[in-house]
Amino acid sequence: MSPDLVKFIFGRLTWEAIPLHEPILLGTFIVVALGGLATLGLLTRYKLWGYLWREWLTSVDHKKIGVMYIILAIIMLLRGFADALMMRAQQAMAFGDNAGYLPSHHYDQIFTAHGVIMIFFVAMPLVTGLMNLAVPLQIGARDVAFPFLNNFSFWMTVGGAVTVMLSLFVGEFARTGWLAYPPLSNLAYSPDVGVDYYIWALQIAGVGTTLSGINLVVTIIKMRAPGMSLMKMPVFTWTSLCTNVLIVATFPILTATLALLTADRYLYTNFFTNDFGGNPMMYVNLIWIWGHPEVYILILPAFGVFSEVVSTFCGKRLFGYSSMVYATVVITILSYLVWLHHFFTMGSGASVNSFFGITTMIISIPTGAKIFNWLFTMYRGRIRYEVPMLWTVGFMVTFVIGGMTGVLLAVPPADFVLHNSLFLIAHFHNVIIGGVVFGMFAGITYWFPKAFGFKLDPFWGKVSFWCWLVGFWVAFTPLYVLGLMGVTRRVSHFEDPSLQIWFVIAAIGAVIILCGIIAFIVQIVVSVLNREALRDETGDPWGGRTLEWSTSSPPPAYNFAFTPVVHQLDAWWDMKARGYERPTTGYIPIHMPANTGAGVILAGISTVLGFALIWHIWWLAAVSFVALAAAAIAHTFNFKRDYYIPAEEVVRVEDARTEALRSLT
Amino acid sequence: MRPKLLPSPRVLAKLALLPALLALGGCDWVVMNPSGDIAIQQRDLIIVATVLMLVIIVPVIALTLFFAWKYRRSNEDAPYDPDWHHSTRLEIVIWAAPLVIITILGAVTWTSTHLLDPYRPLDRLAPGRSAQHVKPLKVQVVALDWKWLFIYPELGVATVNELAAPVDTPIDFQLTSSSVMNSFYVPALAGQIYAMPGMTTQLHAVINKPGTFDGFSANFSGAGFSHMRFKFHGMSQANFDRWAAEVRKGDQRLDGPRYLVLEKPSEKAPVQKFASVDAGLFDKAVNRCVEPGKMCQHDMMRIDANGGLGMAGVYNVTTLEYDKRVRRGQEGGLRAFVAALCAPKSAEAR
Repeated sequence: MSPDLVKFIFGRLTWEAIPLHEPILLGTFIVVALGGLATLGLLTRYKLWGYLWREWLTSVDHKKIGVMYIILAIIMLLRGFADALMMRAQQAMAFGDNAGYLPSHHYDQIFTAHGVIMIFFVAMPLVTGLMNLAVPLQIGARDVAFPFLNNFSFWMTVGGAVTVMLSLFVGEFARTGWLAYPPLSNLAYSPDVGVDYYIWALQIAGVGTTLSGINLVVTIIKMRAPGMSLMKMPVFTWTSLCTNVLIVATFPILTATLALLTADRYLYTNFFTNDFGGNPMMYVNLIWIWGHPEVYILILPAFGVFSEVVSTFCGKRLFGYSSMVYATVVITILSYLVWLHHFFTMGSGASVNSFFGITTMIISIPTGAKIFNWLFTMYRGRIRYEVPMLWTVGFMVTFVIGGMTGVLLAVPPADFVLHNSLFLIAHFHNVIIGGVVFGMFAGITYWFPKAFGFKLDPFWGKVSFWCWLVGFWVAFTPLYVLGLMGVTRRVSHFEDPSLQIWFVIAAIGAVIILCGIIAFIVQIVVSVLNREALRDETGDPWGGRTLEWSTSSPPPAYNFAFTPVVHQLDAWWDMKARGYERPTTGYIPIHMPANTGAGVILAGISTVLGFALIWHIWWLAAVSFVALAAAAIAHTFNFKRDYYIPAEEVVRVEDARTEALRSLT
Repeated sequence: MRPKLLPSPRVLAKLALLPALLALGGCDWVVMNPSGDIAIQQRDLIIVATVLMLVIIVPVIALTLFFAWKYRRSNEDAPYDPDWHHSTRLEIVIWAAPLVIITILGAVTWTSTHLLDPYRPLDRLAPGRSAQHVKPLKVQVVALDWKWLFIYPELGVATVNELAAPVDTPIDFQLTSSSVMNSFYVPALAGQIYAMPGMTTQLHAVINKPGTFDGFSANFSGAGFSHMRFKFHGMSQANFDRWAAEVRKGDQRLDGPRYLVLEKPSEKAPVQKFASVDAGLFDKAVNRCVEPGKMCQHDMMRIDANGGLGMAGVYNVTTLEYDKRVRRGQEGGLRAFVAALCAPKSAEAR
């Protein structure tokens, strides 16, 4: 074939893009390929393809989509954490004459991928998954406002994750840091496919995130059970509302910023170039106008989980519900007014820096109020130390330290000496692990019995918790220290041998966290095997307070046979206190959305489109773009959007539940 | 469950306070034990802010652990009040306590940010020693891929990856970069400031103790970033004069063509010294016109401000395009879609 034809067919893609010469990547690929083949083989062996397609992949049920988001997050956590271990190993080794085992070309991809994966494909799917699972149940709804959109959003997130994973085996990932600052990420200094993988992975996943944000905002605003006024919403629903408002308001900024960078790279425009009047600082501003609210997008739902957990396991109404809500709203608004604190060191004037420093500190006031509210919920409670409560107490003592170092970094002259240092790294892991990750684990343990009908094994849950807590402090205290020694981030080799001991300790900490992750997976396996012993028939295993605990576990497809009517905050607690009797007759057919494969198809084509654009395979890009439009139009002609669950079916399900509840007493 | 499982975070919290305590004791943690007046003030600010926040953090952690222990389910003696959920007095305290701390810290932030603004010329060399009558040393810094170029315009010399300055003399840094963003940071001297292409930033600092200190880039800038390090020598005035004379004795000259060679990416670049340096080289580096025949950005901006050059401006665009891609070895098929320098008025005129 002529080289022109090859270039036309494959674009930039050549055999050199396959990393056959990199033993680490080749080994990873073999493991992933074997694991993948084994999974496919088992699915075929047990004839599960049809079940998987009908019941899960095409499902528009918010509970199943929530579970799938969390599964995606856990798979990506393994990848992101493997990156973390590789970085810790490199930094523990690479001193003096020892160059370590990773050349900078590889190391730079790893820290970029670690950040991108942990934020976009671990933390975000965990948050979105929990919101999907719990919010409709908490507000007494039967699904989200736009069930198909929900399925589509999930698959777009998967498409982004697949694109990132692909970069491991075909080509390479960005070597720019997780926010890809130009000029480094621009064509002149990163001409390879790495940044293009970054851009298209985030753009594909970003579509999903934005749509799911819209979906949940509408769900919470429009679909609450009768009587549930805004000030009677569960706190988790409140924080979800604020998070999704933030998503809707900020993700378009990320999309636009990346689109401008894309234009620079594909159309040779000059928004962020050094020449032709381009200005890289514009990118830095724009990306942080998205990036700072993003931090609150992640942490607010975690705050919501802690609020639910603390009041449930203290057996006590949440202290200061209104101030909790106001604090959440204040944080939501203020999160837009602080972005410049990420670059005090880029030469803004003293007044500008002071303004953004002080607005940042102000956020600590509502956050502090929240901590006090949890504290006084514990006061005069009856605290049951189930696993979710352990995570919560662990969070409270860990997070305040992270908050303190955060406020410290908000003082511009202090930031001048700590910016970009390992102190900063320790700080944001302190709030993201101590806040978001602990919160998500608390949430998963808390709502797992709701989703599957049995509790998670508490022993392995406790092992996981203690490994994470101890591992976190062992891994990141040295980083605080190293930051105060003037050591910066993203360095792959060190001269000063006196630093090595700290990196070795940090690596040990990372291994302890690894034990925590393994214990979590063991916990799930053990719980599945022991599910009969851990089974919960009541639907209310923790003595819950909110509506999701009023239905069965797992809830029926329609969640509630009758839409509950709310009179009080903590509606289910109130219903129990008033001697609520579950209705056992009078069922009517229930109108539900129908499953559709359109989400999988559209996201699949989008991923192919992204791949074609990354590798400059223009014919494929054109074909997949047309296919995408065609599939979207075709979907609008699908009129089988809904169906009725017949009354007999509802009667059957509800009678079974009546029977189960009776056998308990 | 037994409450015994809980105390370990308390120990860990103490560990986290350790940095502040050790800092007060003074050891080799350079950020906590620097040698320049600006960095010392920044260090003091870290301590003040930390102590201020500990006023609230320590009681919160202590109360959390205490409540977690006291109100455990197995403790039947502890009062249980499941409906208690509001207390106006407590709410006021909850909001007011952080507010008070943040108000104080905010005031500290406002004043310190202005006083320690890197763009602000120094008014003291050390506590009680005015900087008024001391002539500052000017240093122009260019971050290159992946090394540092220091130009001493008053001495007419330049060095690569080695910086020297007399003690107790204000240093007036002007910084830029040739390609990507870097951050200039000598922890012993003062906080960092970014060096960015096409822009200048400033930093005013002073070193108070003689010695050799580490300097480096604090912002990731690509493959050679990890080795983008240099030594900063604080010297007595006499030693500094001797050092400068030594540099001047060399035979290397840093002019435009030499700069263009130097600017090419290289890792672990050795120390280099230039006995003389072209006047205006820094300005050309900032304005991205060291290449002969290339128009400087400030000239271009002036032309644009005056209405543009019309079609003649295309020549400039072509030159820039050449610089942007071909000179970096990225030939082939790249076209510019920019019709810059062509304001409507001048286009009509043609």
